[in-house]
Amino acid sequence: MAKRIDVSGLTAYYGTHKAIDDISMTIEPRSVTAFIGPSGCGKSTFLRTLNRMHEVTPGGRVEGKVLLDDEDLYGPGVDPVSVRREVGMVFQRPNPFPTMSIFDNVAAGLRLNGMRRKSELDDIVEKSLRGANLWNEVKDRLNRPGSGLSGGQQQRLCIARAIAVEPDVLLMDEPCSALDPISTLAVEDLIGELKERFTIVIVTHNMQQAARVSDRTAFFNLAAVGQPGRLVEIDDTERIFSNPSVQATEDYISGRFG
Amino acid sequence: MSHTATATAATPPGSLRGARLPQWAPYAVAAGSVAAGLGISAAAGLHSSVQWALIAAVLYVVATYGLSARVEGRRQAEDRVATSFVWVAFLLAVVPLASLVWATVKRGVKVLDGYFLTHSMGVVGDAEPGGGIYHAVLGSLEQVGLATVIGAPIGVLTAIYLVEYGRGRLARAVTFFVDVMTGIPSIVAGLFVLSLMLMLDMQPFGFAGSLALAILMMPVVVRSTEEMLKLVPDELREASLALGVPKWRTVLKVVLPTSVGGITTGVMLAVARITGETAPVMLLVFGNPFINANPFEGAQASLPLYIYQQYAQSAGSPYAYDRAWAASLTLIAFVMILNLVARGIARWKAPKTGR
Amino acid sequence: MDTDTSTQTDDNAAPPPPPQPQPQPSTTTPKRLARGATRPGDRIFLALTRGSGILLLLVMAAIALFLSYRASLAISDDHGNFLTTFEWDTRGTEPRFGIAVLAVGTVVSAVIAMALAVPVAVAIALFLTHYAPRRLRGPIAYVIDLLAAVPSIVYGLWGALILVPHMNGLFGWLDDYLGWTGIFSWDEGAPRAMLTVGILLAIMILPIITNVSREVFRQVPRMHEEAALALGATRWEVVRLAVLPFGRSGVISASMLGLGRALGETMAVATVLSPDFDLHASLLDPGGGTFAQNIAAKFSEADVFGRDALIASGLVLFVITLLVNGAARLIIARRKEYSGAAA
Repeated sequence: MAKRIDVSGLTAYYGTHKAIDDISMTIEPRSVTAFIGPSGCGKSTFLRTLNRMHEVTPGGRVEGKVLLDDEDLYGPGVDPVSVRREVGMVFQRPNPFPTMSIFDNVAAGLRLNGMRRKSELDDIVEKSLRGANLWNEVKDRLNRPGSGLSGGQQQRLCIARAIAVEPDVLLMDEPCSALDPISTLAVEDLIGELKERFTIVIVTHNMQQAARVSDRTAFFNLAAVGQPGRLVEIDDTERIFSNPSVQATEDYISGRFG
Repeated sequence: MSHTATATAATPPGSLRGARLPQWAPYAVAAGSVAAGLGISAAAGLHSSVQWALIAAVLYVVATYGLSARVEGRRQAEDRVATSFVWVAFLLAVVPLASLVWATVKRGVKVLDGYFLTHSMGVVGDAEPGGGIYHAVLGSLEQVGLATVIGAPIGVLTAIYLVEYGRGRLARAVTFFVDVMTGIPSIVAGLFVLSLMLMLDMQPFGFAGSLALAILMMPVVVRSTEEMLKLVPDELREASLALGVPKWRTVLKVVLPTSVGGITTGVMLAVARITGETAPVMLLVFGNPFINANPFEGAQASLPLYIYQQYAQSAGSPYAYDRAWAASLTLIAFVMILNLVARGIARWKAPKTGR
Repeated sequence: MDTDTSTQTDDNAAPPPPPQPQPQPSTTTPKRLARGATRPGDRIFLALTRGSGILLLLVMAAIALFLSYRASLAISDDHGNFLTTFEWDTRGTEPRFGIAVLAVGTVVSAVIAMALAVPVAVAIALFLTHYAPRRLRGPIAYVIDLLAAVPSIVYGLWGALILVPHMNGLFGWLDDYLGWTGIFSWDEGAPRAMLTVGILLAIMILPIITNVSREVFRQVPRMHEEAALALGATRWEVVRLAVLPFGRSGVISASMLGLGRALGETMAVATVLSPDFDLHASLLDPGGGTFAQNIAAKFSEADVFGRDALIASGLVLFVITLLVNGAARLIIARRKEYSGAAA
């Protein structure tokens, strides 16, 4: 199910502004890859190019290749809608559909895909909620609105919603930055479990978090404000945090800037 | 799991490349539908353009759905139908609204000239050519002017009360009834003043109309002024109060100047709205073919009322219709200019603070 | 918020505080300093602003009171039944008049207008927020905004001189295919009927409903739309999942605003309809009437009693619009609570 991502020569623009420049990397399946770097370095933009969400922003434009197991996401005739079905996403702020119940939130993606049978839906919703470590907390109130949950629960609900459609890849854009430490821990544990089944990419500002959850870490930086962001290096997390090959990475990690 | 689901959507499993209709397909389907619609209408000998357009529209939707559902899957088909419905709705709405503007301009310019603007209907019969709207413009300006003099200050002061002082039951009541007043039909405001006049046994005169217009204007001014005052950041008020400036001077010297652009815009939009009101003027001012410059005595004319009377009292005279269109054009031009200027002010004076 | 304390003090210190039986605020503002609020400038200013608010309330009360008083004069002399009589004769020694026809006409024309305008307005609002080419959105919205300001008498003139002749085709077509229902049968009279009125009203309220709905749709948080997109939703599915549910109450209140307009519209109905005091099964038959139209039509030849009778019908219209607006306000208030809880 999990797939490898091969990015080559990827450049993204907002209108005329170049946000990230010429990024190439490989993201391994069944692993967690963390993106770190100072604010504005383009790591979130890069993440959003991986499921073609970048082009949803007005003026958003992408050049280069993103191969998902040999298939180019930006190839001719590729439907962004089907891309997003294969590459799921969890956002910085939990965003359950406010008018829907917990159940309907998780089932939303399945229903879009034409699944109507109640029994089938029930099964997958339960499985996804269990997968998101949320089942025990919400199983008695599946028909209550999702917006009534706590922030951490909402975020796990969003993860359940994303994994319910069984994507190949799960992108997470600072999924814990709006959460308290306990909820953060719950989500981090969950990430560790999910990597058995999915390719996971996570953007984070929190370096301890990157060190805790990821197998590989990519460090992004920008030369100056207004300049496009670049990939400085990507390597095993252990190595990045102990003995990075680029000085800038070490400076950033040891807190000398950023 | 997704693969069973995607399969139902007619996408080959594992592929991102769903089959897509070519770019030109919608245009081709549209052209085909129009042709078929025309063909069917001609063959069946139908007369109205509504019919072939409707047949074409139905054909278009059915063909798009069928084609797309077959090639791209049900979800894409639904998406395409929704898209075409939204476009059709837009185009459908454009037709009458464009027709309205076009008709008013085209027919209005026929008799709209300097003479028309500077003469009254005093010696011109309703069905005769000639005459003008001078008396009506004068009446409208006076009535609306007086209404503004009454309505705008009360509206602005009420808004200040609500934003700067308003707590408790009185403010809640005022807020509620301002909302209620916004919804009063203009003719009801007219009937209210009429009932006063019936009690006092008065004959129609301009100022009575002004009173009704002021009633219609006040809630609009209150609402827009309130919005503007709320935009003034509290820090500004606090900064002033902390300097020991009394509250009323703070409001006058700090809060109002900051929001004066927005308040002006709101008042102008309200003026534009009441200028077009016909019903209360008809009940209270009555209309008058002669020039009457005194709004406090005797029936007056008014521009919107003039339009109605030219239409309704002329027994279909083309001259009267021409005058009605020309007066409509004048009225629309006035209202539009007020709107444009008001929006211009709003943009020009836009929030210098709190961006 | 921080101005609260001073505000409270101002409000209570000012003389005379009529309907304000509030307890002294339990703030720590010392009495001596609070007296600062009684300086003449503040007192006058507060009196002025509060006076304006009170004046507004008085006007509302006066409207209700005076209309009711005049209406009662007329109704007490009505020899028919004010609610059920199919007649409007206020001249004779035994006046008989009733609002049955007017009530039906008002409701029917407003229902037609809503049925046509709301779906189209919602579609246009969606067009302007989600479908139109980005560069066109602003200008089109601006134009629609301006169209909302076109005076109703101009719509009336256009309706009477341009729309009415164009309705012949539609009426003929409806009669051909749907005439058997009875609702759409047509005897080739001038198309100055309820359907025409409803269509004209729909065109008139379209800009307002569109504008308000567009505002609501624009406020849909991006993150909800992105949530749908990230699930692999098509544009229509984004609208269905994220935009419409969020905007539903806003659209309802926008429609209520439009409904209020349609119910109270006078001139556009008066110019287009050829009225009578009968109920017609077919929407294509000329005839019927609405409250506002009837007032405009009957006013000029009415004597004092006739005017009182018209005021009575106006009072009914007033009450109906109050109810509609009240409902709209309730919905908006609920929505505020709701989005507050969701945020």
